[in-house]
Amino acid sequence: MTPAIQVLSVSKTYANGTQALLPVDLTVQAGEFVTLLGASGCGKSTLLKMVAGLLEPTDGRLRVGAERIAFVFQEATLMPWARVQANVRLPLDLAQVPRAEADARVRDALQLVGLQSFASHRPRELSGGMQMRVSIARSLVTRPTLLLMDEPFGALDEITRHKLDADLLELWREQKLTVVFVTHSIYEAVYLSQRVIVMAARPGRVVDDVKIDEPYPRGAAFRVSTAFAAHAARLQDALQRASAAEPALV
Amino acid sequence: MSAVMSQAHDDAAAEASPQPNAVVPWLQRPALQRVFYPLLVAVLLLAAWQALVVAFQVPHYLVPSPLRVAGTLFTDAALLFGALVTTLKITVLAFVCATLLGVAIAFAFVQSRVIETALFPYAVLLQVTPIVAIAPLIIIWVKSPTASLVICATLVALFPIIANTTLGLRSVNPGLASYFRLQRATRWQTLVRLRIPSALPYFFGGLRISSGLALIGAVVAEFVAGTGGTGTGLAYQILQAGYQLNIPRMFAALVLITATGVALFAAMAALSQWALAGWHESEVPHE
Repeated sequence: MTPAIQVLSVSKTYANGTQALLPVDLTVQAGEFVTLLGASGCGKSTLLKMVAGLLEPTDGRLRVGAERIAFVFQEATLMPWARVQANVRLPLDLAQVPRAEADARVRDALQLVGLQSFASHRPRELSGGMQMRVSIARSLVTRPTLLLMDEPFGALDEITRHKLDADLLELWREQKLTVVFVTHSIYEAVYLSQRVIVMAARPGRVVDDVKIDEPYPRGAAFRVSTAFAAHAARLQDALQRASAAEPALV
Repeated sequence: MSAVMSQAHDDAAAEASPQPNAVVPWLQRPALQRVFYPLLVAVLLLAAWQALVVAFQVPHYLVPSPLRVAGTLFTDAALLFGALVTTLKITVLAFVCATLLGVAIAFAFVQSRVIETALFPYAVLLQVTPIVAIAPLIIIWVKSPTASLVICATLVALFPIIANTTLGLRSVNPGLASYFRLQRATRWQTLVRLRIPSALPYFFGGLRISSGLALIGAVVAEFVAGTGGTGTGLAYQILQAGYQLNIPRMFAALVLITATGVALFAAMAALSQWALAGWHESEVPHE
């Protein structure tokens, strides 16, 4: 299998001297679901943005094998003046895809996220969870092979979040995507991932690489199983050991 | 492709559908209240005015009664409405010029910080210079009376358009800006699909202020020009009526100016609502 992403001792130092990320090595295989887990300031978003090409690494090399990358932000970042279908069509409009083909793909993407009957709504008429679904539809409409998600469900309530987590896993399996998912929730990381990259702050670095060797589909029962608790305990332990080494600032 | 994510009816579509309103007594409808209450105040004030003028037998060359002003509007209609057309023409021309020029300048400012840094102080200078002080110069320099008045009124109305549109073009949601960058949108695409729609609420705010300023600018310029004997607009009529102690006509002209200002403001508000309804907080009806 060819790796979808190869991160070779990539590091990031900001102009003011802040070390956002110490050199990181990471390989993500095609079709993998990998989560970057850590507290704020650990460089997980920085790493993701470098993979997306939104930020330049200070040092090191990045190889991204995927042809089509989609990025889902923390907020839905929809155009408030445009209806749902126009928001989802945006990347195709920007790439000048013919209108008829674009509209067909928009319909498919909206169906994938369960919003086909909301095509002519405005974003403000939708709940936070539905806005996030629109944002995901907008990323799927380009038929990406690599999906990068930066704390996409962080602003949602827990019940909505669980539902979107489950739906995301189905999308990942059905569309054979490679997903790199950033979160600060241990439980979300355990529920979603095949592999969790544990990161720590000050300076941002990778401290552990944990396999979550559990079968899919993962139902709601998995969230309350002993195996789930064991994985969560393992991740929590790794996070605590890492933060014990730093000066107590929080 | 099959439907993978479940139908998302549950997670809050209810908010979206409008509540079927029970029949509300007509006076409790907000739309009617907005018209009814100010109208009530106007009727009360006018009635009090009329009553006081009649009760104290105030001579009409000092304070005319509202009925007499209304009568003058009717008897002097040809004169006053002719003057209104002149003033309105200057106001509209100046407003259009200010809008076009202001938007062009705002675009230039947004394209380059150097241009903005270099020129913004002069935009402010233009704004703070009293038009009464420079109007005589412009009237001397520009031969055509209409053109000189339009230039004066444009100068008065210009700044809010520049300032608001520039602010709007810069007020792009940073997340959306990143998204456009990520999708490798061209400068043109970003301008048309992101910056211009983002700027619209600010631009309309500028239009509302400038429409009133264009009228004020036109009237002030006419006052200055009128003393030189070139004007035929409403301000000129006020001046002439003042010399002749024709106070009812002064009031009638004033009523027309005020009504024009209100109409311009209402037109801009309606335009703004039409363009922003459904998405911008300022024009979405409150629940």
